[in-house]
Order: sequence, then C-alpha cells, then structure tokens
Amino acid sequence: MIGHFLVKGLDRGVAITLLVVLAIGVLIPASNLLLPEGHALHVPTYLLTLFGKYATYATLALALDLVWGYCGILSLGHGAFFALGGYAMGMYLMRQIGSRGVYGNPILPDFMVFLNWKELPWYWHGFDHFGFALVMVVLAPGLLAFVFGWFAFRSRVTGVYLSIITQALTYALLLAFFRNDMGFGGNNGLTDFKDIVGYNVQSAGTRATLFFLSCLLVAVGLLVTSAIVKSKLGKVLIAIRDAESRTRFIGYRVATFKTVVFTVSAMLAGLAGALYVPQVGIINPGEFAPANSIEAVIWVAVGGRGTLVGAIVGAVAVNWGKTWFTGALPELWLFALGGLFVLVTLFLPKGIVGTWSAWTAKRRAARDAAPAAAE
Amino acid sequence: MTTDIAANAQLYLDDVRVSFDGFKALRGLSLTIEPGEMRAIIGPNGAGKTTMMDVITGKTRPDSGEVLFEGGSVDLTRLDEAAIAELGIGRKFQKPTVFESHTVEDNVYLALKADRGPLATLFHRLNAEEARRIDEILATVKLGDRRHELAANLSHGQKQWLEIGMLLAQEPKLLLVDEPVAGMTDAETMETAALLRRIHDSGKSVVVVEHDMAFVRELGVKVTVLHEGGVLSEGSIDHVAADPRVIEVYLGR
Ligand SMILES: Nc1ncnc2c1ncn2[C@@H]1O[C@H](COP(=O)(O)OP(=O)(O)O)[C@@H](O)[C@H]1O
Ligand SMILES: [Mg+2]
Repeated sequence: MIGHFLVKGLDRGVAITLLVVLAIGVLIPASNLLLPEGHALHVPTYLLTLFGKYATYATLALALDLVWGYCGILSLGHGAFFALGGYAMGMYLMRQIGSRGVYGNPILPDFMVFLNWKELPWYWHGFDHFGFALVMVVLAPGLLAFVFGWFAFRSRVTGVYLSIITQALTYALLLAFFRNDMGFGGNNGLTDFKDIVGYNVQSAGTRATLFFLSCLLVAVGLLVTSAIVKSKLGKVLIAIRDAESRTRFIGYRVATFKTVVFTVSAMLAGLAGALYVPQVGIINPGEFAPANSIEAVIWVAVGGRGTLVGAIVGAVAVNWGKTWFTGALPELWLFALGGLFVLVTLFLPKGIVGTWSAWTAKRRAARDAAPAAAE
Repeated sequence: MTTDIAANAQLYLDDVRVSFDGFKALRGLSLTIEPGEMRAIIGPNGAGKTTMMDVITGKTRPDSGEVLFEGGSVDLTRLDEAAIAELGIGRKFQKPTVFESHTVEDNVYLALKADRGPLATLFHRLNAEEARRIDEILATVKLGDRRHELAANLSHGQKQWLEIGMLLAQEPKLLLVDEPVAGMTDAETMETAALLRRIHDSGKSVVVVEHDMAFVRELGVKVTVLHEGGVLSEGSIDHVAADPRVIEVYLGR
C-alpha cells in the first residue's frame, strides 16, 4: 500500500529533482572530504555548511507549499514549527555537553546554573536520549499544529484572518522563548554544542553527514509530499483550495483535512529545523521572528506555489541571493527581497517552476500540432 | 397529525424561521417532500429559496422550526454539512461551483460515494467499478469527450451539467438543485429538464428551485411558490399560475 502510494508520487520532474538532490548530497561532502584544499573542485567547509542550511530551508519551503500551494492555507507562521524542531534538537545537544560546560554541571546546562536553578525542569527530562529528542522534533511542532488547526479550522477561520493568527502564533512563541524563566536559554538560546550521537558536531565527518542527511530529508520530503498531493487526498486538498464549501457539501470534513495536512506539514518543518540547528550551531528565539516565516512564503512564491519542486528551487535561489546580497550590500537586502516578491507576483505569478512548466507544455503542444498541420 | 406527515416524508420542514441581523429571510416555512417526489419551487428574488436550501444542507441553522429527513428519523438541524451530505442529500449551487483546477473526470471522482476519511482517501485507488460509474455519469451529463480537460475550460452550461453529474456521483436520496438553467440557452434548458426528469425517474427525490416558467412547465410537477420567506401557494403549475396572490406577487412588481 505504502509502496504504491509513493510510486504514484514519482513523475518526471520529481524523479529528476530527487536524483539531483541526492547527487548533490553525496558529491559535495565527498568533494569536501576527499579533494585537497587547493583543488578546483574542492568545496570548502563553510560552503558545505551554508548549502546544508539551504537544504533545511528547502524542506521548510516544501512543508509550506504543501499547505499553501495545495490547500490554500497561507501560513505566515511556519517558521515556528521549524524553530520548535530546532529547539527539540538543541535541547538534546545541550544535554550532550554534560560536564564540559563552563560551570561543569553534569546535568544542568550552563544557562540554568547561571540562573541559579537547582534542578532540571520536567520538560527537559528525556532529552539526553537521542531517540526521545527525535520523537519530540516531530511531536512538538505536530502537536502545536494539531491544536492550532483544531481550533482555527473548526471555527472556519480562513484567508487573511488565518494568516494573521499564524503570524501571531509565531510572534507569541518568540516572546515566550525570549523569557529566561521559560527555561530555553532566553535571549541567547541554546548553543556551544559539543557532540551529536557521540560525534563532534564540528568535525568534518559530522558536517558531511549532516549535509547528506539534509539533502536526504529534502528528497524524502519531496517524495512524500508529492505522493500526498497526487493521491485522492491531494485532490481533496486542491478541491478545498478551489471551492471550500463545495467540498464540504460533497461530504468531506474540510476542517479535518486541513488539520491533518497542517500537522503533517509542521512535522516536516520540525525535522528541517532539527537538521538546521547542529549545522549552524545555535538556536535562539530569533528563529521565531515573523519575518522568517514571511521569507519562507517568498521562497515558495518565487519558486512556484503548488509545484513542490518550485519550493526547493525558490528556497535555494532566494537564499543564495540573500547570501550574496548580505555580503555585498547588506543594508539593501530587505528592499531587494520585497522588490523580488513584487516582481514575481506581477510578472511571474506561477513562479520559476510554474512558468517553466507552462512554457514547456505550450512548446510540446505546438510540436504535437505542427505535424498534424503539415498533413 | 404533523408527526404522521413527517413519518411518511422524505423531507419535512415545519415552521422554519431564519433571520439575518433582524431581517426575516424565512418566516414560518413549512414544506413536505414525499419519497421519490420531484418538486419545483418558484418565487421572486429574495423569497428565501436559497436560504431554505442552506437550512436543509446544514449551512444555516434555523432560529426555530423542524427540519427532518427520512420519515422524521433524522433532525438535520443538528448535523454539519458533511454529515448531511453523507446521509444522502446532494446540492447544486445557484452559481455553478466546480473544482476548476481539476479535470472534469476528477470532479466526478471526488464526488463519488466512498469513504470520506483522510486516511481512506490518502490510500484510495480508483477501482474498476468507480471507473465505470465515472464513465456512466459523464455519458449522462454529455461530458464524456471533455473528461481530460480542466473544469475551468467548460462553458457555463457545461459547468452546470458537471455539477449535476457530481450530484449523481454522490448517489443521494434527495437532490436540491438551485436555479440549474440560469444562463442556459433554450435548447440547453429543455435538455436539463429532461435530465432532471430522468434522475427523478431513477427513484430519487428532487427539489428544483427555478425562476424560468417555461422550464417549470417542462418539468410538469407539483409547484410550491415561496414569497417573503413562506409558502404562498402550492399545486399544479396551472393552479398556482391562476392563483390571484401569485399573480399579484409576480405582476405586482
Ligand atoms: N447570509 C445572509 N446574510 C444576510 N442576508 C441574507 C443572507 N442570505 C440571504 N439573505 C437575505 O435573505 C433573503 C432571501 O435570500 P435568498 O434565500 O438568497 O433568496 P432567493 O434564493 O429566493 O432569491 C434576501 O433578502 C437576502 O438578501
Ligand atoms: Mg437564490
């Protein structure tokens, strides 16, 4: 059943993207590890880490495209799910520091010792186990999305109102995580990580592995989301996007479908966040910033909403631009991003991939028509 | 007495009242549809015809009154839209609404009677019986040759027909059809009347709301005239057309 389900997700575009992503996932770390530093094809470690970050953003974009592109839920708070997954991983990484922290406390992370806490808060228990942390990486964002969706979608909050409350959600979390007494390191967040499952997070091998895993997550995420949108459930999602009340009168429980897809999407975003944190070495409340979630929407719009592959393309392209811009003209980046969004909305409403597909489809149709006309 | 009527009715509305911010859209509407009956409902704009359908299908909760289905066994006012659809009440909207970015056949596929749960739909595979049903329905609504096209590309009349096809796919016991021939040519109007009669002949109860008198004549069934949220007159088309109150409402404006 699962096999057939996944195979249905494979069309040409998806298959090619999977191969490219996996090839990058293997070749870039291989070049970083195996080629000598002066070699023309050697990828330096800072780029490896940078691309790894892009890959986690690409997964976040996929998650967002699933709900926005296919079900019409414009979430302006998806960064929150990404950050929650990141915090769950960060908590594991903090516990791995053990007595190597500045204060040498074997149990309490440094910031708790600093705040004079005597024991670990209850919600930090279990995070010393990798398996538990991994479960929380999907469970925490999933549960939040489920509860949020349950209330919002059952009360039939849609459109701009829904977008605003998703934005409020991530903003509320931003404020909460800033507080020291929340027990997540406040302003500074969680950092100074040492190991992950026994390997040094800074070592070349670990970085290469994390990079590969980030690409693997993009690939698996693409395959699963593609299978979802091509299934009958995916058709229901599109139906909801196009004519919500029609879908309801045909007998589908719209709120249930929205809640399910929102939750699945949040879990995927959480996984992306969990791979982001060990690569950048820090997670702090800034990840909940509303602007982050809005940027993710722009990646999807630029790449092509409702195309999945476009989400990946958009996330990588926009972040590449951001890296370049913030190096060359840092103060202009936000204007460039805003301008890009306006330009894409006006001139490429289908985004890069959507425009490309429409163009190739037209060419194919013209080619098919040409021999017929010649006869 | 009323309970007797309810016990034999497919659909039973008694003294239904709905108001929107003080405006009374339905003021004590009562209506009984027998099993297997086809009924035409006419009435001027704003009479409450669409609101009546909203009440039956769970979109609008009445302020008071009874709305019972299947011999009075089900109270529709307690159910949501999806549950009512699942019970076997299908609805065609006044403004044709189909899923524009789906193909014509996918529109029917989504409407086919099947388990509506998320997990069941996730792993659902189109089976031979369903494919046969889709063929049959597309043939009935004469859209077989356009099945692979996006519904967005259909003409207005074809969208109306596709929507009727989607209704059939749900295999409802009762069909509510809101102004099915609005914007159709005369030929299309007559074909639509024939289609609805065929659906009725297959044993379903049908409630058709329509302005178009020629169309209502063509249907040849009992007519209910709504006016200002209540029933003004009821009977054969000739009976209601001769009713002075009806004449006043229609000609008086
Ligand atoms: N949701 C609503 N809010 C406010 N007024 C409404 C609403 N729905 C219908 N009405 C009013 O109720 C009256 C009956 O409308 P409707 O049932 O659409 O009439 P019909 O379908 O017979 O033309 C109209 O005056 C309409 O303006
Ligand atoms: Mg109406």
